[in-house]
Parts: sequence; C-alpha cells; structure tokens
Amino acid sequence: MRLDSKVPAGPIEQKWTQHKFEMKLVNPANRRKYTVLVVGTGLAGASAAATLGELGYNVKAFCIQDTPRRAHSIAAQGGINAAKNYQNDGDSIYRLFYDTVKGGDYRSREASVYRLAELSVDIIDQCVAQGVPFAREYGGLLDNRSFGGAQVSRTFYARGQTGQQLLLGAYSALMKEVQNGSVTLYPRREMLELVVVDGRARGIVVRNLLTGAFESHVADAVLLATGGYGNVYYLSTNAKASNATAIWRAHRKGAYFANPCFTQIHPTCIPVHGDYQSKLTLMSESLRNDGRIWVPKDPDDPRHPNEIPEEDRSYYLEETYPAFGNLVPRDVASRKAKDQCDKGRGVGSTRMAVYLDFRDAIERLGRETIEARYGNLFQMYQRIVDEDPFTQPMMIYPAVHYTMGGLWVDYNLMSNLPGLFVAGEANFSDHGANRLGASALMQGLADGYFIVPYTVADYLARVQPDRLDGAHAEFRAAENAVSDRTRRLLSIKGKRTVDEIHRELGLLAWDKIGMSRNRKGLEEALSEIPAIREEFWRNLIVAGENEDLNQSLEKAGRVADFLELAELMAFDALHREESCGGHFREEYQTPEGEAQRNDEQFAYAAAWEHQGDGQAPVLHKEELTFEVVTPTQRSYK
Amino acid sequence: MGKTMNLTLKVWRQKNAQSKGRLETYELQGVDADASFLEMLDILNTQLEKRGEEPVAFEHDCREGICGSCGAVVNGQAHGPMRETTLCQLHMRHFNDGDTLVIEPWRSRAFPLIKDLVVDRSAFDHVIRAGGYITMRTGSAPDAHAIPVDKEEADVAMDAAQCIGCGACVAACPNGSAMLFVASKVSHLAHLPQGRVEANRRVLNMVAQMDREGFGNCSNHYECEAACPKAISVEHIAKMNREHLRAALKPTGS
Repeated sequence: MRLDSKVPAGPIEQKWTQHKFEMKLVNPANRRKYTVLVVGTGLAGASAAATLGELGYNVKAFCIQDTPRRAHSIAAQGGINAAKNYQNDGDSIYRLFYDTVKGGDYRSREASVYRLAELSVDIIDQCVAQGVPFAREYGGLLDNRSFGGAQVSRTFYARGQTGQQLLLGAYSALMKEVQNGSVTLYPRREMLELVVVDGRARGIVVRNLLTGAFESHVADAVLLATGGYGNVYYLSTNAKASNATAIWRAHRKGAYFANPCFTQIHPTCIPVHGDYQSKLTLMSESLRNDGRIWVPKDPDDPRHPNEIPEEDRSYYLEETYPAFGNLVPRDVASRKAKDQCDKGRGVGSTRMAVYLDFRDAIERLGRETIEARYGNLFQMYQRIVDEDPFTQPMMIYPAVHYTMGGLWVDYNLMSNLPGLFVAGEANFSDHGANRLGASALMQGLADGYFIVPYTVADYLARVQPDRLDGAHAEFRAAENAVSDRTRRLLSIKGKRTVDEIHRELGLLAWDKIGMSRNRKGLEEALSEIPAIREEFWRNLIVAGENEDLNQSLEKAGRVADFLELAELMAFDALHREESCGGHFREEYQTPEGEAQRNDEQFAYAAAWEHQGDGQAPVLHKEELTFEVVTPTQRSYK
Repeated sequence: MGKTMNLTLKVWRQKNAQSKGRLETYELQGVDADASFLEMLDILNTQLEKRGEEPVAFEHDCREGICGSCGAVVNGQAHGPMRETTLCQLHMRHFNDGDTLVIEPWRSRAFPLIKDLVVDRSAFDHVIRAGGYITMRTGSAPDAHAIPVDKEEADVAMDAAQCIGCGACVAACPNGSAMLFVASKVSHLAHLPQGRVEANRRVLNMVAQMDREGFGNCSNHYECEAACPKAISVEHIAKMNREHLRAALKPTGS
C-alpha cells in the first residue's frame, strides 16, 4: 500500500498557510465537549496539552513521573534552532529548511520540514513571552551560537540548560491550564494500551504506578508524545524511564512504525567506563564550537595529552572536512570517531575515546568566556570523570542519543489510525535519517504549540463527540490484556533481573544495530533477539506485587516491549540496502567512507505494519519526492 | 575498573505511609569508586532481587542532575556531602572503604512518604499552579526582540530559573520551609519585564498556596542554599520578600 502523506498542494512556502485556512474549526462553545488525551508531558506533550487547554478542549495529560516538569526534554543542553537571522549571517527559513533536509540525508518529507523551519521563528517569540531566560547580549537582545551541520549561528540557548528552560516554560503554560480547569493532570500513570473502537483511537488504559490500578480513559482523540526509543540499547543518554511502550502498544494495535533503524549516535558523550554503568552522559554538541577533536598520530604515544605537541596530533575532522571542521553533522562526527578507535588511535584506559580539547579556545578567549559558555558542562564532566577540562582535554565517545524513527504520521501528525496523533520524538517526521543539533527542541515545540492544536481540531470537527462508555467491550478487553500481562511478568519467578537481560539486549543492539551495520550482523541480531526474549519470559525475576509502587515491574514491561522493537529495528536496517545519515551499512559506502545512498530504490519512508507475534511485518512505503531540494551526495568538505 | 570499597548501608525501608518504617542494614562489597551513588544503589537492588527481596524504591530518571527526580538524605545531608551535586552526580570516590552510610528519604510534613526513599512532592506543582507562570496564549507573542532585557537581569533570572524542583531545600530546612523553591520561580519572573503586570497576583497566590501546603516558615538558617544542587542563592528569598511586601501593601487590582 502507498501511504498518503496528505501534503497540501501549492508552492512549498504557502502549503501550511493555505492548509490552516482549509482545515475545519470547532466552535468555541463545542470544544469542551471533546476530550483529548495527551500522553507524555515533555516539550511536545506539555505544549500541546497547554495549547489545547487554552483553546477550550477537555484535556487529560498523563506522565510517568511525579510531575510533568521531569520529562526528559529537560536534559537537552545546547539549544534550539530558529531562522530569525538575528545575526545577519545569511540565515532564512529556506536555509534552515535546506540544512535540515540535507542534514537528514534526504530521507525526510520536504513539506513537513519547510513548515518546521517556518514555525521556528514563532517558537522563539512564544518562549521569550513565557519568560524563558535565553542568553542575551549587552544590548538586551538575544544571543546565538553555532551548531553542527550549519554555517550560520541560529541556535538560541539558555546556558547549557536550554531544554530545561523550554520545558519549564511549557510546564508553566500547562500548569496555568490545570489551574484554569481545562487540563486535568494524571501523574505517575503509564500508558499500557491503546484502545481502538470502530477503527478510531478512542482511549487508553494506564497503570497507576502507586496503586497498580488499571484505569481506562475514553476520548475523542489521543496524542502520543512519549519520546524516543534509544533505551533499546540499555546504555544511552536517555533518562532511565524513557521507553517505547506507548508507541509500541499503539503499533501492535495497528499504527505503522516508520524507519525504526534511523537512530542517532551522538558524537560527544562521556565514554563508557564500567560494567555497573547505568547510563551515558551527553556533553552538548555546542562544545564543538570551541573544542577541537583530535587523537595522537602515534597510537602508542605514551605521553599525557598536554605534552603531545601540535605536529604529533591528528585533528582528523578539521583535516577531512575543512569547510565544516569540528561542526560536521552528528552522524559523520560519530562515525569518524569510531574509525579512529577502530584503527587503534583511541585514547584513555579503554582506548575507546578521542580528545575534545579547549586549550586553544581558552588561550584565545580566556577562561572566563569559556566558563560562561560551558561552565555547567565542564563541571558535570569533572564530577563524572574526575578530571578538569580547563587543564586537560576531555575524552569523548559516541553514544545512543535520539531516534529519528517513530510512529508514521501524515502532514497533520496523525497516524494511519484515525484519531491517533503523534508528536515530538515519538513520531518519525522531519529529521530523515539524521537529526541536526538543536532541532529536537524545535520540532517538539512546533508540533505541540503550533501544529497539533490545528490538526486535532480539523479531525474533531469531522467526528461527533459521542460519549463512549468506559465499560465498552474494547476497554474491558484492553484492561484484561494489561492485567494478564502484568501478572505474567510477576509469575515467572526466574533468576535474572530485568536490568541483566536489558543489558544483554543493549550490548547486542549496540554491536549489530549500532553505529555501523552489515548484513551478517543484522541477520545474527534477528536470530539472537528472539532468544533473549524467550529467556526474558522464562527466567525473569520481578520482586513485589502489582498493587504497590513497583519499579522493577515497570521496567519489566518496558523491556518486554524493547525486546520486540529491537527486532523490528534490525529487520528495517536489513531491508534498507543503502547507507543514509545515521543508518550506515558497511556494504554501501563511497570510496572515502561516506554514506552511499540509493535514491533509486530507497527514497521512501519505510512504515511497518504489525502482523502478530512471530510474523514478519508488512512494509508500506511513503515515497519521498523532492520538488525543491535536489538530493546530492552530502558534502561537508 | 578503578579502586573498590566495602560499605555498610543503613537504608530507610517503609512499605507505605500507613506502615512503620525502619533502618535496614546491608553490607555491600566491591563497589567501584567510579560508580555514582545511584549505581551503588542499583548494585544493592540487584543483590536484593536475586535473593527474592524487594529492591529499595528510590526516584531517579535523567541521572545527569537536571530532572530533579532523585534525592535522599545521606548521613544527615540532603543529596549527600558534595556541594552543588545531586545524588545521581555524587560518585562513590568521595567515600572511603569501610564507611557506614545512612540513607533516608526527604522528611517534611508537606512531602508525605510513599515508599522507602520515595516521597510525594506534588505540593510543588500546587504552588506553581497557583501562579508560577506568565499568562499568555500560544501564538499571541510579539517578536522576541520587541522587548530588550538587561543582560545582567536576564542572567540573574537564569540563576533562579535553574531550580530543578528536587526538594532538597525543604528536606534540609529545620522548619521544612519551601521558601527557596518558591522564591526561585518568583525571582526568575520578577527579574524579567515580561509578565510584570501580574507580578503582584503571582507572588501573593504562590505564597498563600505554599502556606496551605503545610511548609514551614523561613527563619534564615540558609540550610536550603547549602543543600541546593544548583546553588540557588537565598538572595532570591529576599527578592521574593520584597515582591510580597510590595504586593501586599498595594490595593487589589493595581
């Protein structure tokens, strides 16, 4: 089946404006008759829930944490892109659009990316008006920094805590609507099932994480804004509770999962150091503005990095990519770091790291400037590694960070299931095969503040607000399914903890569906993942009971879903016989070792339809047509 | 693998708010000095689960010191002995082989205990809900450069806005006061020109809600600042007091 992206006709600059006019509206007096469920309260979810609440819909917002303010958007460090051109350095909506399509290696939908670039400017206005304390210059105007994959400075930031400040802005807007009575908050609830009635998404079943009660919530539309699935790999920069359960459950209920193999490995993270390690820590990409990446030319150079003179260092990114230097896109920077380590030129005790050096920047700009720009990042590095980046180079290595894949959505951010909308990292849109830095915050807020409120209205205007009963057979069936599954997890009483099995899955995924992939490895993954899954359902131990706060049980449910999703990731990676962006198939590379796309055969988004356990998923293609930007071999030289 | 250590842990175990809690003693061997405090608890929990016992419930999420989920009182100090450090960013290298660590939940009337080290901090949400925002609708904003903001004021606003809502200030305060938490939001917004028109309402409503939640009064111990992982200064409390005084003295509506 060919998927209909529902991209409006007309010139790219006018599509969204025209579409906004053509979409249906709901009369203000009728809005409160419609209930919209928003699952997840990160940037996309909180901004959507707040805005839908302002418009007068009856909104219920769910989060797994104790408060919406803890969603993982909070950890984003570096910044948010916007085509304001405040720097007068040649930026424009068109250039941001172009950079994003190119950065995504021509695997995204042009019209959606253009709209994202267009809305980027409104986001900055919105956030400033909310009181987000962005960095400013002495004239009182906003400051910008540069990020990878761009030759202009278009990134707005709040020290190294931009995600925190934007999320607290969205959270405050959300709490305003809670106070106004238009949004009801359901914290400590985990969505475990989507309920589909007569082909439409009509509600969810959540588990109350304090009491274990399974609660049904009926609605006219459901919005999933539950983030990405990077935690499939166990070690990632994602928060520990970040999970794929909501989107995976929706996928099992019929929503297509697009491009699951498009995962982003972030180049600047603190290297892995021990087998007890629970997560990896990102060092913002903004560090590549002033930090220079290098390795010793001699792999066996025994000297302390400070004692290695200029001529014995290889600044391999600057040498290979003179135009972009250390600011090449993330996929390129990560792969090149891996190359260096694979060649034995890695540094540190594990030899799986490269240097990120601020010596020259400190000399040029002074310690104070560097401290003002990156102080909290340097402090975080010192806490974890116990070394001072002011006096010696940082050591960094790539780590799983973001997932471009997600549930397939059309131009309206609606999945193939009517009434199921998906926003933020949870959907597959906009970033193609590689996301540029500082674009995740942009997309989350564009989706939540400015797109979903319009498109959800258009959908609701076409359906009657009928009052479905929570006792409806589909809800009862979903509650029973969730309850059975939970009891099954508790009854295995085996010998291995959730973390142990998750770690095993993570190592396999990192090895075979990680930074570079090949046919043999992917085929091995496809045979080994089901074996781990079997081991999980046979030998898992989960202490405690359902009717209580039970963190092991929560983790078990999430890992059960990762064990299914990982297989789809490998399946997708095996089917995509090309390299593009973060999906690097070793068989398909240029003589210089860059990703070799195959536009003839693979210029499409691969949307997979679940067919039941043990059966191969069915592929649906959304053909990607490029009317404005001509796909070329990406070059950052 | 770095240096390792053996520890005696005394951990607060309590099934729920209704049951009685107690300190349970656990011996933990061979903990890597480079592990974080929460990774040390992970190691304990794995051992407990293998023995068929319930793991210690504790909140955590980002493990990067920004989400504000984690927190426990370690040997009498909120977030442990390192200044400006959340529990997740505290590393075991700051302890010694053979140490005894007493690990307890935040204790405050306004933070009822849920289980083990987990407490209910929803009182913070209630305070923000009462006014910790600028009332504006999506899409109604002027251009971001329409209002210049003094850089130094914006920097102070950012200092205050860094609050992660962890609750260490309340746990550290002998009175269980939430003044630093509330002040961080009030002061953040008070240093910006945006939302100035509703500043009086904001501070009055937030402070009133703070009192209703059962937090104690501030008597200038400054334990909150010492415990704050983001080093938020008590100067923001002074700022809030000035805002509150001015608002309280003004007739309603002006």
